[in-house]
Amino acid sequence: MTVSTDIGRNDLDGKSLGEKNLGEKIPAFDIAAPRRVFPALIVLFGVLFALVPYWGDDVGLRESFLLAAVYITLATNLNVMIGYAGYINFGNIVFFGLGGYVCVDLVTRWHWPLVAAGPMAGVAVSLLALVFGSGILRLRGAFFALATIGVNEAVRQFVANFEPWGGATGIYLSFDAYEPLGGPMAALWTVYFLLVGVMVLSLLLSYAIKTSKFGLGLLAIGQNEDAAGVLGVRTPRHKALAYSASAFFPAVAGGLFFFKSGIIEPNGAFDLTLSIEAIVMIMLGGYGTVTGPLLGAFLYEELRGYLLTSPTVSQLQLVIAGALLLAMVLFAPGGLVGFIHQRWPRSRIILQ
Amino acid sequence: MIGVLASVIDGVLVGAVYGLAAMGLTLIWGVMRVINLTHGAMIVLGMFIAYYLSKVAGLSPYEGIPIVVVVAFAAGVGIYWIAVDRVIGRPILMSLLATFACNMILIGIGTALWTTSPYNIPVSLPGISWQGYTFTGTHMMAAAFAGLIAGLLYLFLNHARYGKAIRAVASNREAAELSGIPTKQVLAVTFGLGVALACAAGALIATLFPFTVLSGSNYQLKSFVVTVLGGLGNPAGALLGGIALGLVEGLATPFMPVSWTPIIEFALFVIVLVAFPRGIFALSRG
Repeated sequence: MTVSTDIGRNDLDGKSLGEKNLGEKIPAFDIAAPRRVFPALIVLFGVLFALVPYWGDDVGLRESFLLAAVYITLATNLNVMIGYAGYINFGNIVFFGLGGYVCVDLVTRWHWPLVAAGPMAGVAVSLLALVFGSGILRLRGAFFALATIGVNEAVRQFVANFEPWGGATGIYLSFDAYEPLGGPMAALWTVYFLLVGVMVLSLLLSYAIKTSKFGLGLLAIGQNEDAAGVLGVRTPRHKALAYSASAFFPAVAGGLFFFKSGIIEPNGAFDLTLSIEAIVMIMLGGYGTVTGPLLGAFLYEELRGYLLTSPTVSQLQLVIAGALLLAMVLFAPGGLVGFIHQRWPRSRIILQ
Repeated sequence: MIGVLASVIDGVLVGAVYGLAAMGLTLIWGVMRVINLTHGAMIVLGMFIAYYLSKVAGLSPYEGIPIVVVVAFAAGVGIYWIAVDRVIGRPILMSLLATFACNMILIGIGTALWTTSPYNIPVSLPGISWQGYTFTGTHMMAAAFAGLIAGLLYLFLNHARYGKAIRAVASNREAAELSGIPTKQVLAVTFGLGVALACAAGALIATLFPFTVLSGSNYQLKSFVVTVLGGLGNPAGALLGGIALGLVEGLATPFMPVSWTPIIEFALFVIVLVAFPRGIFALSRG
């Protein structure tokens, strides 16, 4: 485990693997222990995350946590591409928006129950991602990053002109849509619990990928794609699968989120800013780790909430987020988790 | 038929200005392998400098261009030393994020200063009427300026001593350093030049269309499309790519609603990127 963590971090740090590992003592601990403990910790975290607002019956806290759950889902899945495979995807939000559209369409037009429409949206968008991915994943580095922006903008413009999905005005949900979940008030809680579930599953998926052979292949691609190919990693298949897998939960989360909002329109659904904010969260927490995006997204959401409500700096929210990102990139590219790992190597048992 | 021709000519004129903007992007990429994501913010900066020059000093945007270029060059060199210098040679993610962070900061400041309401620079130039179609003077003037600046850049890169140094750094930085070229300074100057091109293009675009603080992202995307058409890192290709994009826009306008044009552009963008990553006019490897 420790070795693969190093691969992920060193690659994007630009430092060679060997030089870093020679000087650093790998702490001795039971390799198998984190495999048992870590997933349990994630589930425990999810349960607490779901129950804290519910016990307090605190609607404001629920809204804040709901947004945090969406952010954590987006950042965690994006990290599979950015942190593991080293492919910068600026247009990850296209999955979120398309998932939202598919789910809302299924619920309003075909009267599917939400619990079926959400996963269906995930499956549909994952398949679409497989198609997109097989095309644009032939590109590398900056070219791939540019293409992902192109895909997002093309899809946004297409949906804005696509009349069955309401064109530029989007789709509104009527109150009837919430009846099967026991009315709008109860539906909000249900959606919240479902979103927390999606968040927990995302984190578990991220951990499962990282500890699997598949994940090792991705980390190798991130390190040196040609070398990985020579060593037997089937790079096109690995990349396409990772791209597709990183589409599933964002799509489901998009479905739930826009169902809860009651409206979906192209500019809100395919908001490139949110896509980039997810990258800020990953950088803040530490890319290539499981807990990094989680911490980063949670911190970013809390910070954003504070900045938006504080009257003096609300206008400068973008400036502060940008300055934060710049500082992280220039001075702490490993993020929070990277910093902690460097300081206290044993922390890797808990902070995967 | 003449209507289509008129629309195509108009598209090509505007396309030349897009090409000028894209030259800034592609120059920076070619020399230091950095995609400048502040590009859109810089185009907007050019627009607002031209706006204040015309409003406060009474200069027409064409007279103001030298001032725009000088201010933009200084801004570009500043951004280079603050954000880009430390990420040169590091993985591409870092330079993308560093320039994007600058973009966020600049857009945030711009929004606080100017809100997001639309501005425009009133310019009146006599147009040319032909067969009942009028070619607007501003479009022809903007294209002429774009051509002029592109020509100056060509002369500078190919004949001036410093221009040759820039090309040397682009082709091999270590060898350039060994030959006594101060490569860091060259990189900073190149970044300044790229930003100056973006700002000059912004000032010209401001004479054609109304603009807001947020217009930059739209023109930045157009610049990406153009650079990809022309081949990343190839300034001459960028100008051709801009004209090609203008041609596509001009051809599409008479036949379909305007809102469909971006779909064609982005579809073209992704297809060309996947099929011809070196650009459709690939003269040399980028």
